[in-house]
Amino acid sequence: MLGITRRRVLQSGGAAGLLLLPGGAARAATAWNGPAPEAGASIRVLRWKQFIQAEFDAFVANTKKFSEQTGVKVRVDAESWDDIRPKSAVAANVGAGPDIIFGTLDDPFKFPEKLLDVTDVAEYLGDKYGGWYPVARKYGVHDKRWIALPHGATGGCMNYRISTMHAAGFDEFPKDTAGFLKLCQGLKKAGKPPGFALGHATGDANGWCQWCLWAFGGKTVDDNNNVAIDSPETVAALEYAKQLYQTYIDGVLSWLDPSNNKAFLADQISLTLNGISIYTVAKNSPDPALKAIAGDMDHANMPIGPVGRPTEQQNILSTYAYAYTKYPNAVREYLRFMWEKPQVDYWETQSNGYIAPPLPAWNDNPVWTVDPKVTPFRDVLKLALDDGYSGSLGYASAAVMGDFVVVDMFAEACTGNKSPKDAAHDAAERVKRYYSV
Amino acid sequence: MAANAPAYRAARPIPARRRLAFRLLDDRNVLGLVLILPAASFLLVFLAYPLGLGFWLGMTDAKIGEPGRFIGFGNFLSLAHDEVFWLSVFNTLLYTVVASALKFALGLYLALLLNRRLPLKSLVRAVVLLPFVTPTVLSAIAFWWIYDPQFSIISWSLIKLGVIHQYIDFLGSPWNARWSVIAANVWRGIPFVAITLLAGLQTISPSLYEAATLDGAGPWQRFRFVTLPMLSPIIAVVMTFSVLLTFTDFQLIYAITRGGPINATQLMATLSYQRAITEGRLGEGAAIADAMVPFLLAAILFSYFGLQRRRWQQGSRD
Repeated sequence: MLGITRRRVLQSGGAAGLLLLPGGAARAATAWNGPAPEAGASIRVLRWKQFIQAEFDAFVANTKKFSEQTGVKVRVDAESWDDIRPKSAVAANVGAGPDIIFGTLDDPFKFPEKLLDVTDVAEYLGDKYGGWYPVARKYGVHDKRWIALPHGATGGCMNYRISTMHAAGFDEFPKDTAGFLKLCQGLKKAGKPPGFALGHATGDANGWCQWCLWAFGGKTVDDNNNVAIDSPETVAALEYAKQLYQTYIDGVLSWLDPSNNKAFLADQISLTLNGISIYTVAKNSPDPALKAIAGDMDHANMPIGPVGRPTEQQNILSTYAYAYTKYPNAVREYLRFMWEKPQVDYWETQSNGYIAPPLPAWNDNPVWTVDPKVTPFRDVLKLALDDGYSGSLGYASAAVMGDFVVVDMFAEACTGNKSPKDAAHDAAERVKRYYSV
Repeated sequence: MAANAPAYRAARPIPARRRLAFRLLDDRNVLGLVLILPAASFLLVFLAYPLGLGFWLGMTDAKIGEPGRFIGFGNFLSLAHDEVFWLSVFNTLLYTVVASALKFALGLYLALLLNRRLPLKSLVRAVVLLPFVTPTVLSAIAFWWIYDPQFSIISWSLIKLGVIHQYIDFLGSPWNARWSVIAANVWRGIPFVAITLLAGLQTISPSLYEAATLDGAGPWQRFRFVTLPMLSPIIAVVMTFSVLLTFTDFQLIYAITRGGPINATQLMATLSYQRAITEGRLGEGAAIADAMVPFLLAAILFSYFGLQRRRWQQGSRD
């Protein structure tokens, strides 16, 4: 062992937080006083499979550091997001399997009573690092107790070509939906149109359709989970989307998640919604054409609609532990350790800003500001709403998203397959099937 | 010792229970049952049980990780009011009927061509099999590129040839998407039909054709009154399998369109997966899969009765 005691680790973590946080003196009192891990503890972690090897390596290195400092053995397995969803549910049901899952979105809300209460860790981290963003809190709290710790989001931003935006008559990316529509019309006139997925693209299509719906005040369900999608606000959102659709490149109706990456990198579109992957590929490519695209592109957060506040939809990463774990103290300690800033800073730096922070005090990592084109991704959780907005999270919200109800509604209205009114009405019928159970 | 052995054996009487077992095994029916038991157990455990479980799940509100409770026909009643489900039924029937008919027509035509004397016959036959041996997901991804609205090789070639002036939106409208995925399925399924029918063609005795020719039959009459009747049993088997495989297709659709756009290519199999696994609603997903069974059963029965009818096999009308 390195001769480092748990108390010393906590002290160093606290000191780091004190130094890094604005108003650190006020937070100096925040100290973790949870119980020490159980003797001989051994825990299993199942997390999403890495897209960036360096991110996974940093995650494993942090885990190893935890094991060295606490003596708790940790086994880390990684599987695709699609596989984690059913496996986490089965583990909850049979009461055996991994102790901790690094998963996504509303999964923990499908079996909240099977999960370990991590309120103490969440409140400690929230106090220490500037308070959880509201959407992070929504993804963590069930019935006034924390059942999951948000780990961040693989954020989506507007990816745009600077030169085409200038050609369209804009010096900077518009901040509101009216300006955004004008920009899209200008981009089309300039010969390099926008392109937003309208096929069954889980990330990209849901991303812009939910944003548009919420930006105009539409919502799938209200605060009490009553179906609310058949509304004038939804119709207004669909009318707006119809105008946007007129400016899109042909073929977006069949686009899946990788389609817009291909089109943007092939210089065929000048605007789309995507994560940082397009920029990373272009920047790191030896191809001068792609390097030129990287130099001519930038990112922006999504425009604000008539509701007057940000309404982004993001892929939120959620971590939860099962109540069946034999080592709850070790689990809580592991989670706390991995969420402490020294570990997070190292992990974020290695992953080149792939995960947007759920806590404001994580924002000062230079990875977000060294390249200003990355900065918009840092703030996506500050601007996001949850998938079940404005109702609760759970099976119904996951099913509506999984069944592409909102995406199909937009596709039907945009293509003229149905009038916006009929599309909203039919979507409501589909949503009712899930929320009436 | 050797001399004593028979006496020793004879001295030991066979126990009554063993005598009964021997006597039972002498019975052909009992022996048949005993011999079939391993295979029957295998089928029971790996086929009947999952099928039964599927039916049971379809009558529960089970979710992934939750056993659920019995709700009778609740899922089916709910699906009856689900427009996406009915769209998937329509899509599945259209996909199956059109793709199977095309696969049969083109497969039979290819088999007849391959049955002739061709140079490099073996090589040509091996090449014909390629679409079938390529993993479905790989060919689906290839079609995903072929149909891409921005990068389609077909559109690119036609533009270069001056035939069209803008890229074809293969998957960008509901009907285009339906025909496109049917074409992909036909491309993949033709070799199975063609090679199997070719095997059937080669079992037809040339003397039948000689006799028909002597009787003055032309090419169409030889095909209609010799080839087709002799090939009927094989056609029945091949088309049953073809229909079953097309009806339950999943990979092609999932890789190319995920059921989009606007569920225009959503088949019952893909919808079942989406509801059961992606959304976690196992009961409803199982109910959709259960709803496929009557259609599949009809296809199997058609083949079964077809094969049983000797006159039908021989090309006569009933």
